[in-house]
Amino acid sequence: MDISQILQYLINGVALGSLYALIAIGYTIIYGVVGLINMAHGDFFMVAAFLTMWGVLQYNLPWYVAFAIAAIITVLLGLLVEKVAYKPLREQKTSSFIGAISVSFLIQNFFVVVFTSRSKPFPHPAILDQVLNFGKVALPVVNIAIVLVSAILFLALFYIITKTKMGRAMRAISKDLEASQLMGVDPNKIIAFAFILSTSFAAIGAFMYCSKFPYVDPFTGVVPGLKAFIGAVMGGIGSIPGAMVGGFLLGLGEIMLVAFFPELTSFRDIFAYVILILFLLFRPGGIFNVKVREEKV
Amino acid sequence: MNILEISHLTMRFGGLVAVSDFNLSLEKGVIYGLIGPNGSGKTTVFNVITGFYKPSEGSITLNGHNVTGLSPDRITVAGMTRIFQNSRVFRELTVLDNVLIGDHLRIKSSPLEAVLRMPAYVRQENAAYEEMMNLLEGLGLVHLINEKAGALPYGLQRKLEVARALSTHPKILLLDEPATGMSAEETTEMISFILNVRKDFDLTILLIEHHMQVVMGICQEIKVLNYGKTIANGSPDHIQNNQEVIEAYLGVD
Amino acid sequence: MNKSLKISTILSIFAVLLILAGSVLGEKYLDAFQIRLLNMWCIYAIMVVSFNLVYGFTGQFSLAHAGLAAIGAYTVSLLTMAPDNKQLSFFITPPIWPISVVQWPLLPSLILGGLLAAFVGYLIGAPALRLHGDYLLIVTFGFSEIIRLLLTNMPSVCNGAIGLKGIPGYANLTWMVSSLIVCIFVTKRLIDSSYGRALKCIREDEIAAEAVGVNLFRHKMLALVVSSFFVGIAGGLFSNILGTIDPNTFRPYLTYAVVTMAVLGGVRSLTGGVIAAAIYTAMSEVLRGIEAPRLFFNLQFDGLPGLRTLAFAIMLLLLILFARGGLMGSKEFSWGGVISFFQERFNRRKQEDKP
Repeated sequence: MDISQILQYLINGVALGSLYALIAIGYTIIYGVVGLINMAHGDFFMVAAFLTMWGVLQYNLPWYVAFAIAAIITVLLGLLVEKVAYKPLREQKTSSFIGAISVSFLIQNFFVVVFTSRSKPFPHPAILDQVLNFGKVALPVVNIAIVLVSAILFLALFYIITKTKMGRAMRAISKDLEASQLMGVDPNKIIAFAFILSTSFAAIGAFMYCSKFPYVDPFTGVVPGLKAFIGAVMGGIGSIPGAMVGGFLLGLGEIMLVAFFPELTSFRDIFAYVILILFLLFRPGGIFNVKVREEKV
Repeated sequence: MNILEISHLTMRFGGLVAVSDFNLSLEKGVIYGLIGPNGSGKTTVFNVITGFYKPSEGSITLNGHNVTGLSPDRITVAGMTRIFQNSRVFRELTVLDNVLIGDHLRIKSSPLEAVLRMPAYVRQENAAYEEMMNLLEGLGLVHLINEKAGALPYGLQRKLEVARALSTHPKILLLDEPATGMSAEETTEMISFILNVRKDFDLTILLIEHHMQVVMGICQEIKVLNYGKTIANGSPDHIQNNQEVIEAYLGVD
Repeated sequence: MNKSLKISTILSIFAVLLILAGSVLGEKYLDAFQIRLLNMWCIYAIMVVSFNLVYGFTGQFSLAHAGLAAIGAYTVSLLTMAPDNKQLSFFITPPIWPISVVQWPLLPSLILGGLLAAFVGYLIGAPALRLHGDYLLIVTFGFSEIIRLLLTNMPSVCNGAIGLKGIPGYANLTWMVSSLIVCIFVTKRLIDSSYGRALKCIREDEIAAEAVGVNLFRHKMLALVVSSFFVGIAGGLFSNILGTIDPNTFRPYLTYAVVTMAVLGGVRSLTGGVIAAAIYTAMSEVLRGIEAPRLFFNLQFDGLPGLRTLAFAIMLLLLILFARGGLMGSKEFSWGGVISFFQERFNRRKQEDKP
């Protein structure tokens, strides 16, 4: 395999890694603040993409208007789900998991019932379909957009987390909920903010993902959601840098595995699960070694 | 031979030294008290010697057997049972089930034999039932056997915990602040309860307590901890007059 | 044995014989559709009872059901299929020896299926049961998916993604009902034994359980292995009535359906599990009717695929929010309970008749 082929794989790996990182952040923000694995995160992702597509196909809206509306609806949906399904089950591990997975199936199948499960093309600005050619290496413009948008969002997130009041309150809650409350922090407001952040990232991630893989159906969110989740666990669930690094490495690793071991392509998914299990068994805190909650004796 | 030998026990959590060079030679039949201000490491000592933490250094020998680092269930099987600071009865289980579980570690039948209700298994179950009914009767709890443990008032839950501990046939009983949350009357009751139980069941008792009335009243020997270190050892009189102890920790009553 | 226990035992034996006789009659006189429903009920019931053993009674939320059922299903299928049918199914990659030539009757195949599933359950449990809460469920879910993906990628052993066709349908209603009865018998006997007490203590408070001499790992593993055995058998029976299976038959949705039924019936009740399995099977059929396209008052009604899953998802969400104990909570069927129920009604009637 020559250098141009490796470069090609790298280009795609970086793009996929950035996408997974974007989605992974959504999982980790919620987990850090409420200790819940939001199984429906992948489905919020799908909702944003689906509604954007619907706005363009059905109502002939320009893509940016459709996306804006879709993103707002997604964020509101996230807040609704939090209020109705997650808040009543806070602190109850298995019940909230069951609640989350029910919400996930609910959203998916609601869309199947209303919109059918047929896959539809995703509308995106034509410029993203362009490809820049450097000899044998093809650099799709959409990849550039993905990396740029991701970088901007990551920087924005860092700013929010470290410099704003809301961001610091989020970090406080994820370290110690009770103590934060004693300090006068209103957990509900912070949790709502966390959901707004998480769903916004899902929406933008959805737009970028579907610009690169331009077909949407009610199950579009399942696989990327799962992969991103694994990435978040790998990096350390609850840690934002962890989600970025973990998601990115998983996406990049997936592509490079296929690059260097094409015989193992069908084992791609098994590879992801094995990594997940190995991490949970031997390093549950992930790469960034997040502290695992332990019961006091 | 001493029933329990602890030597050079040290417990570190990261950079924090919770217990430092703890030593204890426990004679059979004695009631030994462990006192000290909050956070001095008393419960940590309990957690280490009952297997909930692995010690950073040191050894624990029970009846001549080295039990250092064994899991809590193995240590209970070896003859040392503890009671927790906060009530940890099995809330959804009946009072009877709460004590019958102590017999489980002696069951010799396999799960298959249990499922098939082989005669040997049934005999063991019946014997355990008899024994537990007697135990509960002796402790005044027999009229409550079908009540859910979580529904009992706090004082009775504590009693149930002692009953449960006794059902494991311990040689050493570790009591972690048994008189917490009790009125003066209940405390006096608890004292005679402990003394009777020691006599009837031939026990050695290691006791953490803040109630000085309890400690000075029934302990034959006392060890004082402060910031994980042992600062005094000896009879109640000796401890009460020890300057360092008085400084570190004014007895609260 | 005391008197009430003797009566209970006689009643139970009588009931079992009645049910078995009923299954023979049912096999003869009911139509294929009704038989299929009853079969599915039994299979789901076994899976739910097994899930309750591990979650409701021992407190371990293990999501490995689909994968374990797959092990049982593939084992039974590969053992019972005629070699000719195997050659037909494996049309791209021929099956390896001895799979290519073996053909066993149903009973040993089921037992081996159960044992293999139990063994895999053991392999999963060895690492997974040392974890708690979220980690346990993620790892067991991961293993279930790995099993499915491995099955997809082993064409010479189980025909990969193509799946198996022509699985003989040896199992009839009597087989299903007998398996369910054995499963309930073993599970109930285990729960009502000293070991069952240990399992419940683990569920209530693991730390206190350890302090009372209960070895956490060995007992959790006991529950998981027994449960896996029966899930494997259920999977084997499942393959038998389907006739065709492929790895996608055992996607996570199967585990999710079992969890739905378990919560509906009450995770701490075996009786509830059996009842919930019946409700789920019946509801599934009713909703399937609505899902399919049909002629409704002469208008072409296009059907609503996905309605079933949507309905069950809403149901589970409502249950978990408002009625977590399910239908039965932790109550179980008992002859004493039935008798006192009727006695109460009888007494009330007598009161009303008095002037």
